[in-house]
Amino acid sequence: MGVELNPFVIMIAAALTSNMILSNFLGMCSFIAVSRDLKTANGLGLAVTFVLTFTTVLNHFVHYYILIPLGLEYLRFIVFIIVIAAFVQLLEMIIDRFSPALYISLGIFLPLITVNCAILGGVLFMIIREYTALQGLLFGFGSGAGWWLAIVALAAIRGRLREKDIPPQLNGTGITLIIIGIMAMAFIGFSGMVPVR
Amino acid sequence: MIFEVLVTVVVVGGISAILSALLSVSDAIVNNYGDVKITVNKKRNIDTTGGSTLLSTLGTEKIFLPSACGGKGSCGLCKARVVTDIGPVFPTETPYLNKEEIKSGVRLACQIKVKKDLEIEIPEELFNIREYQARVISLHDVTYDIKELNLVLNGDISFKAGQYIQLVVPPYGKIKESTMRAYSISSPSSQKRTIQLLIRLVPNGIVTTYIHKHLNEGDELRILGPFGEFYLRHSSSDIVFVAGGSGLAPVKAIVHEMVKTGFERKTYFFFGARTTADLMYTDLFRRIESKYDNFHYIPALSAPDDSPGWKGETGLITDVMDSYLTKQGSREREAYLCGSPGMIEACINGVLKKHGLTENEIFYDKFG
Repeated sequence: MGVELNPFVIMIAAALTSNMILSNFLGMCSFIAVSRDLKTANGLGLAVTFVLTFTTVLNHFVHYYILIPLGLEYLRFIVFIIVIAAFVQLLEMIIDRFSPALYISLGIFLPLITVNCAILGGVLFMIIREYTALQGLLFGFGSGAGWWLAIVALAAIRGRLREKDIPPQLNGTGITLIIIGIMAMAFIGFSGMVPVR
Repeated sequence: MIFEVLVTVVVVGGISAILSALLSVSDAIVNNYGDVKITVNKKRNIDTTGGSTLLSTLGTEKIFLPSACGGKGSCGLCKARVVTDIGPVFPTETPYLNKEEIKSGVRLACQIKVKKDLEIEIPEELFNIREYQARVISLHDVTYDIKELNLVLNGDISFKAGQYIQLVVPPYGKIKESTMRAYSISSPSSQKRTIQLLIRLVPNGIVTTYIHKHLNEGDELRILGPFGEFYLRHSSSDIVFVAGGSGLAPVKAIVHEMVKTGFERKTYFFFGARTTADLMYTDLFRRIESKYDNFHYIPALSAPDDSPGWKGETGLITDVMDSYLTKQGSREREAYLCGSPGMIEACINGVLKKHGLTENEIFYDKFG
């Protein structure tokens, strides 16, 4: 397997220097759509972190113990998506039963993130960079936490912009994309500090 | 080569099968809430199994809460007060509940799952709501897009004129689920074994298309009812009815009712239509009008140019009503409106409020 990096370094790197959304631009659709309100952004961030953490590990085992021995790496896209979808459904069921409060706050976001590209992206990065299971776990968690941080930051900024006088042509998605661009530039400041591989 | 294909199929199929088996098993374990007891209005106990919504659980026990959307959470009618603590209100419920309702524990029965023993309170008259098997005795056009449907029921239904029932249409063609929609009863309430409905063909409407294109005499349907708060209130004020299209149905039922008591109150019935082709039951209302001094039937056409020879009122129903009310001057009035949300809105905000009617004197049924 790949270079021996400290899993915690990978976690920090995934959250900051190679942030899922601001460096790799993955998970953009829900990032823009659900960042209107701080509370719901928080809920989605939590859900993404949760799912990303567990699906990377799950898919790590599926990849190295099922696909590789059978020589079926080319099937990984389909298989990863199936695993993610099933996991999200299972999770939804369990949360509904045992933590109604969390179920309410996650609401429709859980089923939505099945098709969030950040999740599949996280899993594929883990495979490409040849992480071990532990590295994968912390990479998944770090990526999710970074995505969470970014969406909460964006939601907070958009919340403050609501009362501001924005040119009507830019109002809505336009100004949001500009904000994301500036945030991404700010995150470039982190680049090179900690390598991901 | 063929071996590789087989391995691929087996692996993808196997992984999917294992995952779906896992999901089914955990569904059976996790979603199993066992036997629960629901206490309704402190006097009726229902023993049932948990896991479904409160609305459908009560439905299987023959207690029918009103629901125009059939449990999708889009009509907000299936309100019930839940006394037991079942956690905060869902985001899907909040648009339909006001602050006092949330405080007193009112919930939408279609959105909450029965997970433990519950104590709930529902309006007493809902026990009157029953399910009936109905057979079509006649079905014919009254205008180019409205059909009169007459049904005979398997039991007596007691309702107030102006109330509505829900019609359940079985799956047909591309529609894979049975669908439920609300329709006002247009026959008099003294008629308890047979009911009449007026149904306008809505483009792409699941239920209206079924009734207009697939239903035949002798067919069986399921109905639930009666529901609704749209009925004549007791007072001595003048009555203003306003209807458009199939919104005529509940007004027709109420007018039938009033014929029996001989119209003690001055009554004006404004009916909005585009052309003469939209008018229906004109003879009936004209006959009643000629017999009773207090009843006035005022149809108005918004596109009179398409109806040569029309001698009645023309223009928008709001303008026609406005000029009548202005002519009569200031009087005590009650208004009953039934038709499209747009028409109702325009009548209330544009005309009725101007003539001094308060919200307590305006009653309406919106046909979405």
